[in-house]
Amino acid sequence: MSRLGIQSRSSLAMHLTEHGPLPDVGRRHGSRPGPLVDEVERAGLRGRGGGWFPTAVKLRAVVDSSAQRGRLSPQRRPVVIANGMEGEPASVKDAVLLASSPHLVLDGISAAAATVGATDAFLAIHRDSPLVPALIAALDERAEAGIDDLPIRLVTPPARYVASEESALAHWVGEGLATPVYPDRPYQRGSDGRPTLVQNVETLAHLALIARRGGAWFAEVGSPSAPGTTLVTVGGCVGTPGVVEVPTGTPVGEILALCGGTTQPVRGHLTGGYGGGWVAADGFDAVAWDPDSVRVARGVFGASLLYPVGIQQCPLDEIDRVTTWMAGESAGQCGPCVFGLPSVSDDVHQLAVGSAGDEDMDRLNRRLGLIVNRGGCKHPDGTARFVATGLSVFADEVALHLERRCSAGVRSHGDHATALPVPTARLALVDVGSRDFE
Amino acid sequence: MSSEKIVTLALNPTLCDGRGLCRDAAPQLIDLDEWGYPLLPGGGLRAVIAPADVRAAEDATHACPVLALHMERSKAESAT
Repeated sequence: MSRLGIQSRSSLAMHLTEHGPLPDVGRRHGSRPGPLVDEVERAGLRGRGGGWFPTAVKLRAVVDSSAQRGRLSPQRRPVVIANGMEGEPASVKDAVLLASSPHLVLDGISAAAATVGATDAFLAIHRDSPLVPALIAALDERAEAGIDDLPIRLVTPPARYVASEESALAHWVGEGLATPVYPDRPYQRGSDGRPTLVQNVETLAHLALIARRGGAWFAEVGSPSAPGTTLVTVGGCVGTPGVVEVPTGTPVGEILALCGGTTQPVRGHLTGGYGGGWVAADGFDAVAWDPDSVRVARGVFGASLLYPVGIQQCPLDEIDRVTTWMAGESAGQCGPCVFGLPSVSDDVHQLAVGSAGDEDMDRLNRRLGLIVNRGGCKHPDGTARFVATGLSVFADEVALHLERRCSAGVRSHGDHATALPVPTARLALVDVGSRDFE
Repeated sequence: MSSEKIVTLALNPTLCDGRGLCRDAAPQLIDLDEWGYPLLPGGGLRAVIAPADVRAAEDATHACPVLALHMERSKAESAT
């Protein structure tokens, strides 16, 4: 199934040949969003950044918030930000999309901007992304061809995990600070206090297709609760790790088969991302890959990441390395995150290296309960879920480690072809800092 | 009853420095975690306050030197 064209790179000319120009999607009038919102609703489009929030509801919320401002308010005009940050280290689906079909994403930004009456539009990607030159070239192509009513500006916030969170992104675009904002949501008060639409780049690419072919076409494939196709990043112990596009609801086993199948017996899957959740391998191949089915199977759809971990790896070693990194990615604003995550990460480390006892496990479980629902963003909650679901899915391995044993025999320290990727520069910093807390 | 007000104590965790003055002002309402940060009733960032505890919640709110606590009063809706 290929709608988003991730197999090859498209120049503007190729893009126009394949899809034709973006049709006139109409514009917002006062408190009424542009007519495209009705097609988006018909499509049942949901946001593909991780939250899977209905896109039509978000478009309307931004327009409502804008319409409630006084006519003379300088903060009345909405802002559109395309989120191409892809902070999940193991996820590459947005990078693959931006590398192959940048103009579909950029069309989506234009269509969304017209629909909400935005006066500023941005595409945000990580500062050190190798995509920067190609995207600048794509924007130049469009400027020369005079395609976009509203010029789209490329912005490059710092490459930090929490900087991808939507309020942090709006904060950075408005005020240059990449920290999450609490309690206002971006659609209410985002960039510079203006109503701000933050949409994942894949969502916007689908929006550009809906603008051309309609909502009914979009919903022809996929699960009724979250129609359409979805990109999936598949990593871990599969033959050919990479990104595939499938209709939502495709069984997990089929997705793994598209990536060469698993190369060793699987112990469990990481789903969603590093703020996602672990699920047991047993029976998961039959689960439909859509947000609701995955949630019922106790996984997290999130950023559509599927990462089987096989028997040659110690899952607790994987959890240890990732948790250490996640602790260092706190934005540093909220106590339960700043102090809680390093405490949790230290406990997990003791367990992974076989020096934890029952009391340490009690403390870890208590701390996991203490850090949820207490942050300005969901970074601590996601990390707690990552650890807690791992302890539960790999309970056998936990029991072994409490006896100073390990089924994989040796800690790989991530030096393993199928290990979860962790940006190493941050890891070094965290190792120094975390000693302060024990 | 429609005349009753629901009083909510809300914490902005991005402002809280963990100085603990709220707990000193209202120990029956607020506990501190192992790192010195406040735990509201229910463990989240917003807690509905019983009428008998409204005074204590006000004391905690006024004690915070960084204005991380505030109170909201809304009309009671239906029981659901």
